[in-house]
Amino acid sequence: MSNVLSVQDLSVAFHTRAGVVHALDRVGFTVGAGETLALVGESGSGKSVTAYAIMGLLEAAGQVTGGRALLGEIDLLAASPAALARIRGKRVAMIFQNPRTALNPIRPVGTQIADVMRRHGGATWFNARDRAIEALRAVGIPDPARRARAYPFELSGGMCQRVMIAIAMAARPDLLIADEPTTGLDVTTQAVVMDLIAEMAAQTGMATILITHDLALAAERARRIAVMHAGHVVEVAETATLLARPMHPYSARLIAATPTAAGALDDLQSVPGALPDLRGTIIPACRYAARCDRRQADCGETLHPHEAEPGHSIACHHPLGVAA
Amino acid sequence: MTPLLELDAVSKRFPLGRRRLFAKAPPPEVHAVSEVSLTVHAGETVGLVGESGCGKSTLVRLITRLLDTTEGTIWFNRREISGVPARFFARDTNRADIQMVFQDAGESINPRFTAADAIADPLRKLLGLRGAALQARVEEAATQCGLPLTLLGRYPHQLSGGQRARVGIARAISTHPRLLVLDEPTAALDVSVQVTVLKLLQQLKAELGLSYIFVSHDLNVVRLLCDRVVVMYLGRVVESGPAQQVFEAPRHPYTKSLIAAVPRLEGTRPTAPRLVGDPRSPIDPNPNACRFHGRCPAGFDRCGTAMPALREVAPGHLAACHLND
Ligand SMILES: Nc1ncnc2c1ncn2[C@@H]1O[C@H](COP(=O)(O)OP(=O)(O)OP(=O)(O)O)[C@@H](O)[C@H]1O
Ligand SMILES: Nc1ncnc2c1ncn2[C@@H]1O[C@H](COP(=O)(O)OP(=O)(O)O)[C@@H](O)[C@H]1O
Ligand code: SF4
Ligand code: SF4
Ligand SMILES: [Mg+2]
Ligand SMILES: [Mg+2]
Repeated sequence: MSNVLSVQDLSVAFHTRAGVVHALDRVGFTVGAGETLALVGESGSGKSVTAYAIMGLLEAAGQVTGGRALLGEIDLLAASPAALARIRGKRVAMIFQNPRTALNPIRPVGTQIADVMRRHGGATWFNARDRAIEALRAVGIPDPARRARAYPFELSGGMCQRVMIAIAMAARPDLLIADEPTTGLDVTTQAVVMDLIAEMAAQTGMATILITHDLALAAERARRIAVMHAGHVVEVAETATLLARPMHPYSARLIAATPTAAGALDDLQSVPGALPDLRGTIIPACRYAARCDRRQADCGETLHPHEAEPGHSIACHHPLGVAA
Repeated sequence: MTPLLELDAVSKRFPLGRRRLFAKAPPPEVHAVSEVSLTVHAGETVGLVGESGCGKSTLVRLITRLLDTTEGTIWFNRREISGVPARFFARDTNRADIQMVFQDAGESINPRFTAADAIADPLRKLLGLRGAALQARVEEAATQCGLPLTLLGRYPHQLSGGQRARVGIARAISTHPRLLVLDEPTAALDVSVQVTVLKLLQQLKAELGLSYIFVSHDLNVVRLLCDRVVVMYLGRVVESGPAQQVFEAPRHPYTKSLIAAVPRLEGTRPTAPRLVGDPRSPIDPNPNACRFHGRCPAGFDRCGTAMPALREVAPGHLAACHLND
């Protein structure tokens, strides 16, 4: 399968008054056409920063300090702002966690879709409106002609997210980055929104990066899962493999903390400790070391993600399921 | 055994706009909670589930007496508390017995309060404690919630999400309540932190003999924590029963769709039909139709002409659907 996006050694730092925060360190993964890759990890693990860096939308304090994000031949991290603005919305689209704040509050949703249609979707002044209504119909919004005139505050959370998807899909992008697209929505609405993304991907061969802290949602929707912890990608594997045979101690802990699998509350285990402080220069090679019960003396040595078996890469000196 | 809390046909309607003098028809009303009956026994955990806007928070506000009922009665420990107007309940004898934990402890705690102030607040206001007695109770509650006493001087923004959740719970249990009402207490937390909070709740229940009403849209959490579950749809209870039984053998089409929509780690989902569309408007709904009619995958003619009653379908298991007739 050809890669739509290949992220290599992406590093990001934030300059704050309290020091430099090394938010991402040599993050790497690929997504193929028609494929869904899930990016999972606890809050603050770097999922959103990864997405914003790829989109060129980091805030001013954030700086890409290394790496590449190849969309075909183009390195998104090196592209000029003008080139990036063309790519954004046309070849790469993003949907955000809180759809209501991501939409323009003072413009009817149909107009917002029509704007994108004209800018990136090849629509003209004359047919953009009709195509926007068509797009609303395609995301399952009843009575789209009337709803096109609605402002975001007049729509429910699920409907706003469908509008966001309609906008994201307007230009038929090659890659969709969905950052917690269903957090805060009901499970029933979540299922509808996720079905919709899957349908669009199936129709157009679009690649999807699904960012979520819900491992069960990732399990259900993604072909592969990349686990992030404190700015590192610690493990990437096919979904079934990762869930059945996690090799990184953190992945195993994350699975053990997920309520879906448990038969009783006593079966659930929290991940001990907290994310390390990512300020300053003395960050341990393995950022999970302080929380890890398999830590050994050599865990302080330089750590590179490597392929433990075909299609299964990890960053750990003493992975699970391997004789020590 | 008499229940700790009993609701008998409780309704809450919010009129839309003022009633005009000489107007022919009464103003339209939002039917937020309709004829809800439920009981909570001592030491029991009852889960309240249903989609956004179905009336969970309104029901919780009726039980905690922040809102007055439109109809129906609420009994707490054999005393009718629904007769006490909400504005007087703050000084009621049972006020300290019913405490509430909110969704985002970070937002519900006053940012200018230290953890100690936040925990002391209900003790001061409801029990009138001061000085050493107050401090002793604050420390007792913090210790019970696994909150290190060294953190008591910190402000909310200096605490992690999990620590803030502990402050919210410590604050709620400090008055030694008998019933704790928790409205999505873990929704803003990571799975890992959620686990510790859920275990804390379970431990407190065992130690203090508390009863819980636990509102959540995470059915997995409800399954793990609750003895019984109450499913609401557009203001009405559509199903209730032992949690295990409701999740394994739901008897209402809405409950079935809800359970089918929960993502599973196995990645496969049963082929239950997707619940599409949005619920109907809660404004003056047709009293002679099932509120799920039109969206229900199993609906038929009668659903549009008669409201199904909540009936026992198995011992302790109730459902409101014509299909069970
Ligand atoms: N503006 C900023 N200044 C300093 N540090 C930042 C900034 N934005 C993000 N970070 C840091 O970058 C890391 C990753 O944050 P990010 O928001 O990507 O996490 P996340 O996995 O998306 O978490 P969540 O699930 O809460 O959204 C964290 O350590 C965070 O504190
Ligand atoms: N003060 C109010 N005025 C009018 N409608 C209200 C008011 N409070 C709640 N509602 C309505 O009551 C219904 C139930 O709301 P709520 O209990 O907050 O739902 P949930 O907590 O389940 O999300 C919704 O339709 C909501 O819009
Ligand atoms: S490298 Fe060592 S400390 Fe880090 S996760 Fe692996 S075993 Fe644990
Ligand atoms: S009464 Fe009819 S519409 Fe209502 S839940 Fe049952 S089958 Fe569905
Ligand atoms: Mg995020
Ligand atoms: Mg609510």
